[in-house]
Amino acid sequence: MNNTKSKKLHISPGMVVVYLLLILWSLTTIFPLVWSVLNSFKNKKMIYSNSFSLPIGDAFSLDNYRNIFANYNILSAYRNSFVISGTVALVVILFAGMAAYVLTRYDFVGKSILNALLYAGMMFPIFSTIIPVLRMQASWGIVNTSSVPVNLLSVILPQIAGNLSFAIIVLSSYIRTLPIELEEAAHMEGCNIFQIFFRIVMPLCRPSFVTVGIFSFLWSYNDLFTQMFFLRTKDNWAITILLNNIASKEGVNYGALFGSVTLIVIPVLIIYLVLNKQIIKGMTVGAVKG
Amino acid sequence: MTARIYKNKKAVPFFLIPAFLFMFVYLYYPFVQNIINSFMHIKYIGTSGGELNTPVLKNYITMIQDPKMLIALKNTGIMIIATIIGQVGLALLFALLVSNIKKGSGFFRTVFFFPIVISATALGLLFNLIFLYDKGMINQILQFVGYLDISTNELIDWKAEHAMFTMMTPVIWQYVGFYFVILLTGLAGIPQELYEAAFIDGGTKWQTVKYITLPLLKNSIATCVVLAVTGALKVFDLPWTMFVNGMSDTWLTGTYMYSKVYSDADYASAIAVVIVVLGVVLSVVVNRIFRQDADYDAS
Repeated sequence: MNNTKSKKLHISPGMVVVYLLLILWSLTTIFPLVWSVLNSFKNKKMIYSNSFSLPIGDAFSLDNYRNIFANYNILSAYRNSFVISGTVALVVILFAGMAAYVLTRYDFVGKSILNALLYAGMMFPIFSTIIPVLRMQASWGIVNTSSVPVNLLSVILPQIAGNLSFAIIVLSSYIRTLPIELEEAAHMEGCNIFQIFFRIVMPLCRPSFVTVGIFSFLWSYNDLFTQMFFLRTKDNWAITILLNNIASKEGVNYGALFGSVTLIVIPVLIIYLVLNKQIIKGMTVGAVKG
Repeated sequence: MTARIYKNKKAVPFFLIPAFLFMFVYLYYPFVQNIINSFMHIKYIGTSGGELNTPVLKNYITMIQDPKMLIALKNTGIMIIATIIGQVGLALLFALLVSNIKKGSGFFRTVFFFPIVISATALGLLFNLIFLYDKGMINQILQFVGYLDISTNELIDWKAEHAMFTMMTPVIWQYVGFYFVILLTGLAGIPQELYEAAFIDGGTKWQTVKYITLPLLKNSIATCVVLAVTGALKVFDLPWTMFVNGMSDTWLTGTYMYSKVYSDADYASAIAVVIVVLGVVLSVVVNRIFRQDADYDAS
């Protein structure tokens, strides 16, 4: 390693090519978004004349956003999305954490069966469960009701189930690394199992619980398929299905399309910029360990 | 080796029941029910299956004669191959490149991974605009570099003439960063001494990659290929946003299944069963190919 440091100013042509390739790919992920944000601040004429121009001076316009906010209830969709995805994330953290804790720390009959079921659960695509789920929820009377919270619930429940097996597998791998002595000490002090879980295990594993929460939140926020089945009227729309509907209604109104893409991506972008380490870890750790 | 405090197992059910009840009600039961449904005759999606189809395999027989289903299967096959080559291949290339650089690997990780957190719906919309016939990003760039003639207003109708390419590019592009991170993690696990030994023995960069990196990365690559294959079978949001109702013959098994849900629920169930079977079979095949001589304890 010292070797390489001594010749730090030496840049080989090979390195230039390496960096060029990597930067080129970076541009493909950054540029489309920048392009979308810029165009969202231009009116249709300006987009048409040159989609690469900057929205400065006369070219700058907020019409697209005025138009979107006037015609669509964006705020209600954001609220619905945050209610759905927030609930999903919280419930997944709690239930997956409890199951992961017991599955890593206890030995009991049937444990291997449960573990096998967990991995099987990850293999089931949503396509293979959605029709029976729809029928089951319809028979309970929680689909297409007049109450928005109930309709949101009909999305929340299947999404929780869809995230649990992955979350349990990820959390188990973290809990396994905790030194068991801490739990034993807590036990000596007279803590029962519930107290050990909530006061020792959960706080110690906080980063991994946060990771799983973020993962579940994003997955739920971005999931169009379930929303298409259970959020069928305007009041119930969450942000993804709203976007899907804007897409089909505003076919050639490019300004509105750029604006709505920007509106849906910005919250996620902010979350990502702040928490990208946890997000990347959370979304890949299951794959690496699995 | 259970610790003494975990000998008393009375509390176990309380911890397991919430999660597993959810999964039984929303995953395992519907999964089994769906298989049964694929042999039934269901009038409306909301009603339970009445009687068995006659013949029982009616849906599966229909499927092999359904031209749209055959298109969907063919496209899904193309998608699977494209994701293996495009996603895992590019990811491997970038991971090898990044493992060689000294500055900026954190930046590339963050930037490459970014598309994965954006909803495929938003990306579908964005790529609709990128591939737009008139004034789309690609056509404008091609005009700018002189590939398309501006004076005659020559343009490429991507969604009609190159439908499969236009559909698969964003799907592949979105997940390259995912496999890139997995492979980088795998690369970090290769002991540095091996590279030093190769360097001392006078191995070239390419020889080092070929004889040390790739064999030791085999398990990570296998994981990526399995995920890419099963992921390709699950693709829905992006194609559905860009090509509603299989426009320009871009059906995939997932989108075709959805299009049948309301009109023919039991047929849609049968398609879903096929998707699952394909996923399981292909994962097993990939594991066989990659892990036939790999040692299992290395992870």
